[in-house]
Amino acid sequence: MKVAIAAYGAGNVRSVELALHRLGAEPELAHDPEPLLDADLAVLPGVGSAATAMAGLRERGLDEAFRRRAADGKPTLGICLGLQLALDESEEDGGVPCLGLVPGRAVRLKEGRVPRIGWAKVEPQGEAFWFAHSYAAETPATTATSEGIAAVVESGSFVGVQFHPEKSGAAGRRFLERCLSRA
Amino acid sequence: MPLPRLIPCLDVAGGRVVKGVRFRELRDVGDPVELGAAYSEAGADELVFLDISATIDERSSAVSVAARVAEQVSIPFTVGGGIRTVEDATAVLEAGADKVSVNSAALARPQLIEELADVLGSQAVVVAIDTTRGIVHSHAGTRKVARDTIAWARECEARGAGELLVTSIDRDGTRDGYDLDILGRIGEAVSLPVIASGGAGNAEHVAAALGVSQAALLASILHENPARLVSLREELRDLGVPLRDAA
Repeated sequence: MKVAIAAYGAGNVRSVELALHRLGAEPELAHDPEPLLDADLAVLPGVGSAATAMAGLRERGLDEAFRRRAADGKPTLGICLGLQLALDESEEDGGVPCLGLVPGRAVRLKEGRVPRIGWAKVEPQGEAFWFAHSYAAETPATTATSEGIAAVVESGSFVGVQFHPEKSGAAGRRFLERCLSRA
Repeated sequence: MPLPRLIPCLDVAGGRVVKGVRFRELRDVGDPVELGAAYSEAGADELVFLDISATIDERSSAVSVAARVAEQVSIPFTVGGGIRTVEDATAVLEAGADKVSVNSAALARPQLIEELADVLGSQAVVVAIDTTRGIVHSHAGTRKVARDTIAWARECEARGAGELLVTSIDRDGTRDGYDLDILGRIGEAVSLPVIASGGAGNAEHVAAALGVSQAALLASILHENPARLVSLREELRDLGVPLRDAA
């Protein structure tokens, strides 16, 4: 099975690569569209700011590659900022148009301490995963929540998670295993 | 709010875990990757590796420690010590760390906090504040800085810090309990998560710190012994602290 991780200068690529390695996958780092279009599973990781990340994707033509995968019904996993980039837009940085794979927008967290950092339960499954974010998705595609915040969104062949499965210990490992076995 | 976090802290020098009291009298107590992995197994929520190397040569090992830890450990970890530029921080995160912690460098040039937050995102930027009697200290607690602790905490937040790691210098290593007063006052002054540090001697101390802060840093209380973390977690659960199920 071919797994590709979008490498566009956004933070946690190495952690995602290592986590997939531990599960026996041999992920390829995609610096251009080709490996993304070929892959059985493409991963859109990301930490940092939406504007910088979108610019990084566009520079490398990776934005179009993700849109093409969505149109072709090929599985893509978005992690943290990667989930937010799949939405129509983010209100971060004064408003950033995003990929539009999933209807909705990313909005700044208004309650509790921000950034929201730590382990929190994801419902309905009930397991705790590790989160680190200041923005969250508002989308009808939400399929699981954590303290009322979108934790998992699913739209067509795209699955996005606000938490970091690559840093969520045994629970994260099981989640990534399911992603690999479904792809 | 996410669950309260327990964060073992490993002081690293020259690529080895070292131990001292009040930042002094260092001795070698093990390998950072082995200890980090064992703490992760024992239910740690995150890890902090604090590089306290005296020389720049030793310090360059921080990136290789981060890379080795990331290969073995699948929980979040922070690297601190000797990070002075965006390039230093980026190297550590690209190696697989999740956050960097800055202290003296941010006091010397507060704009560093903004630069780090812009490039890495606030969630990756921890500012460590060493404090005693309401005044900030730099250089591993050895130099008094003419800054009020609460004012500096607020400034860190305004500049884009994602978390504050607050160490009470005169409690550090004493096991007399955290300084709940300063932790409480900082927690009220900012809306960032606060990590309490310095003074943990027993489960009651940790539970009290988690009452006013979002996470507790654990150092001497663990004695570099992951089994102690297992028992501490049980004692905290008995005290009603809602820790995560780590299985």
